[in-house]
Amino acid sequence: MVDERVEQYRDQTQRFLSGDLPAEEFQHLRLRNGLYIQRLAPMLRVNVPYGMLSSKQLRKLAHVARYFDKGYGHFTTRQNMQYNWPKLEEVPDILAELASVEMHAIQSSGNCIRNTTSDQYAGVAVDEIEDSRAYAELIRQWSTFHPEFNWLPRKFKIAVTGSREDRAAVQVHDIGVRLVEKDGKVGLQILAGGGLGRTPVLGSVIKEYLEKEHMLTYIEAILRVYNRYGRRDNKYKARIKILVRAMTAEVFAEKVEQEWLSIKDGPGTLTEAEIARAKSFFTRPAYKALPEESEELTAALKANLAFNAWMTRNVKSHQETGYAIVNLALKETGVAPGDVTDEQMDVIADLADTYSFGELRVTHEQNVTLADVEQANLFGLWEKLCEHGLASPNLGLLTDIICCPGGDYCSLANAKSLPVADAIQRKFDDLDYLHDLGDLDVNISGCMNACGHHHVGNIGILGVDKKGQEFYQVSIGGSASATSSLAKILGPSFAQAEIPEVVGKLVDVYVNNRVEEERFIDTYNRIGIAPFKSSVYAEKA
Amino acid sequence: MTSIIKDKAIIDSPYTIQSVDDADVSVANVILPISVYVENESALTDRSDVGVWLSADDEVEQLTGKLDQLALVALDFPSFGDGRAYSNANILRRKLGYKGEVRAIGDVRRDQLEQMLRCGFDAFQLADGQDIASCVANMKTFSFNYQTSIDRPEPLFRSR
Repeated sequence: MVDERVEQYRDQTQRFLSGDLPAEEFQHLRLRNGLYIQRLAPMLRVNVPYGMLSSKQLRKLAHVARYFDKGYGHFTTRQNMQYNWPKLEEVPDILAELASVEMHAIQSSGNCIRNTTSDQYAGVAVDEIEDSRAYAELIRQWSTFHPEFNWLPRKFKIAVTGSREDRAAVQVHDIGVRLVEKDGKVGLQILAGGGLGRTPVLGSVIKEYLEKEHMLTYIEAILRVYNRYGRRDNKYKARIKILVRAMTAEVFAEKVEQEWLSIKDGPGTLTEAEIARAKSFFTRPAYKALPEESEELTAALKANLAFNAWMTRNVKSHQETGYAIVNLALKETGVAPGDVTDEQMDVIADLADTYSFGELRVTHEQNVTLADVEQANLFGLWEKLCEHGLASPNLGLLTDIICCPGGDYCSLANAKSLPVADAIQRKFDDLDYLHDLGDLDVNISGCMNACGHHHVGNIGILGVDKKGQEFYQVSIGGSASATSSLAKILGPSFAQAEIPEVVGKLVDVYVNNRVEEERFIDTYNRIGIAPFKSSVYAEKA
Repeated sequence: MTSIIKDKAIIDSPYTIQSVDDADVSVANVILPISVYVENESALTDRSDVGVWLSADDEVEQLTGKLDQLALVALDFPSFGDGRAYSNANILRRKLGYKGEVRAIGDVRRDQLEQMLRCGFDAFQLADGQDIASCVANMKTFSFNYQTSIDRPEPLFRSR
């Protein structure tokens, strides 16, 4: 099917280049293959379904970066890979290369159902109810070339989580699917109408509990109601969140229910065999029986402080005794957040082969995870990561900034975002201080489209255009955890040069007010926005 | 006569589409706007050469109980990017059980035909400038599909 798509797209590109296909029509067709035309060059977005990559696929991505781009790629906040410098006429060749490792860019942009995302710790997380990837895969297959929902009012994003902690940000997706437990049985809770962008909204639960076999028919009903009644007169009011709000969540849920009853138990109902088949794609690797504690690890932790710091921040507990989840933070100061070179990709692929069953995952925080590392091998892995600039021990810290490509690359952006991230990282260069500050999400978007998820950053920074000048609006108090919240705007916006200073003042307010083990977000929730506001605007007033 | 694609072949259709403003119900072989049809329904029930067309705004459910009298139903695409008629066709076929001709009209282009076919359209009146021969030759790209659709209600997983 992917090969057929490549040929279809090759034909469309040729018809466009020869003048048979009008530009405005080709635009929509190429978008559905992930190709945007940007400031400097086209941009190609390649899907990484639920963030899972094999080492072979990553090597192919490195190959594409090397031969068709400028030697690097960019991991996005939706677990995808973007190339910023491909040539329009070479895109069919790139797609053919990707197809050879079962990768593609189908529906990675355009007003259709986008790549389904999931929890980067699926299958290994200790707080997991059930592995969410089988369900993400079922949705991915169902949505691929869905004939009815390829021309929606606006883009449509679905995320699935199977854990208590929400690492997939399901509340800010058009549809969020949560695996939940009820009376000892695992089923689904369905949210709809969440989204970031110009009008950030948290999704509403429209179905408290749904048996798994009804997942696809229920989602089909949501899409049909949205496709028919979502606004098409104004692209800023076309997302499902606006429809849900206009109808109210109750009325929307009722409409969906009515539509669903007409297809419930029909042929689209999932069978047990099909769910089992989807699960069979995500079998557990051949774990060894390992001791609870690794002596090598304990010794290395005592001997090496830097390794210890990295362990504390970047390594998480695993379901399997003796294994660990390792996060590679792609947030080295001086490199755009999420950017990864072809060499690094090859290195990561090799490390995945050596240490983690040849698999890796891309996270929505724009980092890479090796999910199945033996604890005894952690020190060896860390040493290799250090050699290649992949051992930033800053996961979840202030310098682990989520950031879109911004005005340097993106033609939608109002302002640059990468230099702002860089300036903040440079201001906060003392690692001990960063560790003392602890969990603090800084999210930066270059425009209202909110690719940098600024609404759910503890500190969110948004590029705005004021009479042709780039300014930055700062908000605080957002969170993308299981108890998501949207950030509040602090006040008037700032010039680019002022931003590191502003972040500094916000951090000072936190440090001066925190009690015990409070995180930035806890302190904010306790003392409110006022002290932050008065500190930042004190001199200006 | 208008050249259209019907059942994957090029044919001549005798039907003409009328707008709300210049509708003339006395003309033979006519596709009327649904509002005009409803106004004149009692006078039209004996005829077998009258079809209706619905805009993307029109609720397709209002055809309930009228379908036996209609020669065909046409659904309008105001622009190729407006996908409401795909859902309308689905409802017309599946919920209302309509078996007659469902014709795509308006901004109907080559790269959309396969999706339209799968949603229950069986006739296509193409937009100006479309080459009907290349359209009819390129209606199928994909050898299989994952999901249920009107043309093949069983999803792929039920035939594995």
